[in-house]
Amino acid sequence: MKKKILPRLTKLMSLSSAALLAGCTWDTLDPKGVIGAQEKSLILTSTYAMLLVVIPVCILTLLFAWQYRQSNTSAEYLPKWSHSNKIEVVIWAIPSLIILFLAVLTYQTCHSLDPYKPLEAEANVKPIHVDVVALDWKWLFIYPDEGIATVNQMAMPVNTPVDFRITSDSVMNSFFIPQLGTMIYAMAGMQTQLHLIANEAGDFQGESSNFSGRGFSDMRFRALAMPADQYSAWVEKVKASSEQLDSASYPKLAAPSEANPVEYFSHVDAGLFDDIVAKYNNGMVMDKSTGKMLHVQQSAMSDMNMKE
Amino acid sequence: MLGKLTLSAIPYDVPILVGTFIGAAIAGLAVVGLITYYGKWGYLWREWLTSVDHKRIGVMYIVVALVALFRGFADAIMMRSQLALAYAGNPGYLPPHHYDQIFSAHGTIMIFFMAMAFMQGLMNIVVPLQIGARDVAFPFVNTLSFWMTTVSFLLVNVSLFIGEFSQCGWLAYPPLSEQQFSPGVGVDYYIWAVQLSGVGTLLTGVNFFATIVKMRAPGMTYMRMPVFTWTIFCTTVLIMVAFPILTVAIGLLGLDRYLGMHFFTNDGGGNQMLYLSVIWGWGHPEVYILVLPAFGAFSEITQTFSRKPLFGYKTMVYATASIMVLSLVVWVHHFFTMGAGPNVNAFFGIMTMVIAVPTGVKIFNWLFTMYKGRIEFHATMYWVIGFMITFSIGGMTGVMLAIPASDFVLHNSLFVIAHFHNVIIGGVYFGYVAAMNFWFPKAFGFKLNEAWGKRAFWCWFVGFYVAFMPLYVLGFEGMTRRMNHYDNPEWHPWLLIAEVGAVLIAIGIVCQLTQLYVSIRDRNLAENRDLTGDPWNARTLEWSTSSPPPFYNFAILPEVHELDAFAHDKEAGIDTRQAGGNYQPIHMPKNTACGFLIGAFSFVMGFGAIWYIWWLAAVGLIGVIATVIARSSDNDVDYYVPVSEVVRIEQEHTHNLMAAQAAE
Repeated sequence: MKKKILPRLTKLMSLSSAALLAGCTWDTLDPKGVIGAQEKSLILTSTYAMLLVVIPVCILTLLFAWQYRQSNTSAEYLPKWSHSNKIEVVIWAIPSLIILFLAVLTYQTCHSLDPYKPLEAEANVKPIHVDVVALDWKWLFIYPDEGIATVNQMAMPVNTPVDFRITSDSVMNSFFIPQLGTMIYAMAGMQTQLHLIANEAGDFQGESSNFSGRGFSDMRFRALAMPADQYSAWVEKVKASSEQLDSASYPKLAAPSEANPVEYFSHVDAGLFDDIVAKYNNGMVMDKSTGKMLHVQQSAMSDMNMKE
Repeated sequence: MLGKLTLSAIPYDVPILVGTFIGAAIAGLAVVGLITYYGKWGYLWREWLTSVDHKRIGVMYIVVALVALFRGFADAIMMRSQLALAYAGNPGYLPPHHYDQIFSAHGTIMIFFMAMAFMQGLMNIVVPLQIGARDVAFPFVNTLSFWMTTVSFLLVNVSLFIGEFSQCGWLAYPPLSEQQFSPGVGVDYYIWAVQLSGVGTLLTGVNFFATIVKMRAPGMTYMRMPVFTWTIFCTTVLIMVAFPILTVAIGLLGLDRYLGMHFFTNDGGGNQMLYLSVIWGWGHPEVYILVLPAFGAFSEITQTFSRKPLFGYKTMVYATASIMVLSLVVWVHHFFTMGAGPNVNAFFGIMTMVIAVPTGVKIFNWLFTMYKGRIEFHATMYWVIGFMITFSIGGMTGVMLAIPASDFVLHNSLFVIAHFHNVIIGGVYFGYVAAMNFWFPKAFGFKLNEAWGKRAFWCWFVGFYVAFMPLYVLGFEGMTRRMNHYDNPEWHPWLLIAEVGAVLIAIGIVCQLTQLYVSIRDRNLAENRDLTGDPWNARTLEWSTSSPPPFYNFAILPEVHELDAFAHDKEAGIDTRQAGGNYQPIHMPKNTACGFLIGAFSFVMGFGAIWYIWWLAAVGLIGVIATVIARSSDNDVDYYVPVSEVVRIEQEHTHNLMAAQAAE
């Protein structure tokens, strides 16, 4: 019984808020995927819970200030009064109760919205895999299953979970598509994971959300969510490109560039992502599904070692 | 011979900087000229620059803080203007190289040199007086702290005209701040400025902790300590815990940059995540270091102008102490998006929210202090009421960010910028300005002009909402912080509104300057002079001595029988001063130039190290060591004020008091 109250309350609140914010175009509050939608409802629920105390406090502040102004001599004046157990109990209890409610909500949503948790999809829908590399100052997307890669544009079929593996071959960045939800850091030598889904077709803004230097402001990409047939057509379009990404052409791509245009690569070396992670870890990379360290063939990367 | 320093380090091709340099040079020459014209160099040197008097040091801290406020605000309004312009293909007027330095300098200056200096100034002026002490525990260390902070601020400003400042944000996250990605001197300026000022702040923490523990007036038990002193006490504990962490974090970054080590580099086994963890281990306590004293000031002001004691003193103390402890276990909320597991995130999220409980209790305590009082709407009360409303909103958005799953979409967006300005302007800054208005007559013997004080409040209050509410909206629209230009048409109108807010705040600052000018001009008018030492009919010991207090503060140390000792004495008809009592010679510290010299040599050392001019750095280091040795072997550091002198000063104040009573 207890367990059911919270989701119901959450649902009720998000319904009323949906009515309030209908027609709103704010990205984070206009989610197009289930992750973003849950985060929006969490934001609204927690806001309402806190407004229960914030609004009365603001009103009481103005009310007391006015009521007990010096010139209002008809108001009661108790120059010695400075303690009341009853009030003390109430003022500790109210914030505590609200925080207790939010703490439960926090614990639940930390687990339900854990970015590392794979999303449940409808039967017979297979998730797609995208490996993301943050470069100076552009985003490289590798589709390991299709053997293709793109720069500053990615696509995904609607209603299909997308499993991201994210790293950086430069400084720290943060991978973020506001309308789909959760962001996560991209860091050299490390793989972070993210699971998102687009439930509506659309062309969404993607960005780096952690300052990364001179070209940061233009480090943006488009995330295209499209029906399955259009997605296949997009993959074919990428495969028709004359450009290929291999150990010879990668250093050129990785060199700093600003406001990089969209690029398509019809072929990408298998294991490029692992190589990029491994070169900061003495040639080792962790297989995230097993947790084991694997040794990567470094021959491909030998000519793109770091400066030091 | 000159290391990396060449003529090309002077940015004579950047018109904004050339203009700034000319302006600063003219202002500097004018000040030097005026001091010379009035022949005040000796006075300045003897009475201020070498002073170990906590009140004078406090005043100098606040002067530095106000200069830092102007510099930091100039940066702020330049950023706002850039973002109002740089839309849809227009690059604006600040290229990334310049813009990135400005937002880095803005944060660094506002936290380390505006807020920290302001806070240390207030604690210097108020705490020894409030606990009935004659000075701080270590008066020489106090002047040293001040000079370390001041030369660090100077170093940041030198970077404007010689070389460049950091372009990595105010916390200089690696690997961006490593040599590989930031080979210039900007990050080195940052490192040395933060390290040197960190020494000063840590020493202040130790000094005031010792002062509060050892030098309280007879009878002042911990639970009779004024609330402001309590908040400073907790702040000094946090300084002693947190600032060494900062020193280590920046020190390791320095080792990476100077000696090619690999603490935080991408390669060689370095780990950037470690830096985030360490720097925020300092960074989160730091915001409580700043805001607790503001809470203390609000408490003193609210009880004084509500004409009744603070509601729930004990609750207030416990709330302050629990915030102090909790603030040390929340730092991970600054990087929920780094990929930690759900249980780690949940723990730090919930700990962060728990802080909202004691903070909420404090707000209620101020509310019930006003309840059934007789509130005088002095200018300081405007800041209190503005704070209570603004801070409640800022606290709410803070809790939103504390929920990891909400933070996943709000992190690093302008929502975060709006939130922390909401609490730092609405909490810290409002608190410090209220405190300055409240304690100004104590420090100078005349009141600040109220009309201009209220005008400043309205401009800041309205300006804050106009400038920062749009940033909350922009955060929801997915706008990231630190962007230099953009092409999203939905963002543009909100950024224009924010620019208007920045202009309103600028007018607020002009009002504050005018307030200072008008107050100094009219200082001798009878209604502005404070002859009694107690202009607000206040409750704590600092108001029992004259304004400004004699350099020894109290001729006879006051005895404390109750909380709010001075209010108790006034009611019971006890003369807290014990005028005409049994005066004894007073033991006082002598002024010394050593603090100034160590500061100056530290500046030389820092500047040398920044530019790789190693002989110059060595000169600075040797100078510091030599001064320390000289000071340590000097036994002539104190003296006794003869009774005749004490009697003369005290009689003068008694005479003033009688004149004031007669005038009533």
